[in-house]
Amino acid sequence: MRRVAVVVFPGSNCDADTLDAARAAGSDAYYVWHRDTDLRQADAVILPGGFSYGDYLRSGAIARFSPVLQAVAAHARAGGAVLGICNGFQILCEAGLLPGALMRNARLKFLSRPVRVRVEATDTPFTLAYQRGEELTLPIAHGDGRYVADAATAALLEAGGQVVWRYAGDNPNGSTNDIAGVCSAGRNVVGIMPHPERRNAPVLGGQDGARVFLSLEARHATQHADDLRAVDGRHLRV
Amino acid sequence: MKAFTVEIRVMPRAALLDPQGQAVQHALHALGFTDIGTVRVGKHLVVEVQAATREEATAQVRTMCDRLLANPVTEDYHVAVENR
Repeated sequence: MRRVAVVVFPGSNCDADTLDAARAAGSDAYYVWHRDTDLRQADAVILPGGFSYGDYLRSGAIARFSPVLQAVAAHARAGGAVLGICNGFQILCEAGLLPGALMRNARLKFLSRPVRVRVEATDTPFTLAYQRGEELTLPIAHGDGRYVADAATAALLEAGGQVVWRYAGDNPNGSTNDIAGVCSAGRNVVGIMPHPERRNAPVLGGQDGARVFLSLEARHATQHADDLRAVDGRHLRV
Repeated sequence: MKAFTVEIRVMPRAALLDPQGQAVQHALHALGFTDIGTVRVGKHLVVEVQAATREEATAQVRTMCDRLLANPVTEDYHVAVENR
């Protein structure tokens, strides 16, 4: 059982779903308030979706200076696993823990609907239980979801295998190279625009997102041939 | 210490798609302003600063821009300092 800290900012609104998804995957998940600087021996930290600090100035720009981000940055520098979902991804980019930035959707509309996403990298703490090239259906809910990186950065991301998820078929927001999620050069910091926590059980219409959370547990399970299959969505507690 | 009013213009970098600017351009076309070219939308911030000199005020505000007010990945900024 891994300890998973879910950070709560004023304006976070996916924190409860994220906590539930981590617990359903078997983790010991708990909240950490944005003013806290102690992650309480977290194995992994998740920055959930929402509108931290009202998205004022730019999405994630103000959350980046909250006290907890110092602790998250230290955790990341020490090689600890960090996942940013949606607004959490925006915060990680603003904080410089991930390259690039997230800008207004190309067609300006706030989009809330399921999209197809392809898993491009399975050597991160949050995608270990997926197959490379596998296509998933995950919900998006964002107005500022267009991932942008300059040509040199995008080329580095592609060459280093740092594109973790890519929109398959339709790109909803006009992101560079159809990118839906990336990881750091060290591979321990991961950001994703779609919401895996909103699709982790059949009652939610599918469980394609469950293995993001199960990957954390699988990573530390006794390395036994059956373990990965055991966490492949079927042992999910609902 | 003197008081300065600093005006900061933050604009999306020219190479990047600015969908907000495009939407405004389309609306202007629809209103009959057909002779306009590209429209871009940015932010204008006004900050009151106490500093010993104009240079110091400028330096302070540039640091604010680098750290918070502009995103170095996507935006450029311009700073204009006025005595109050």
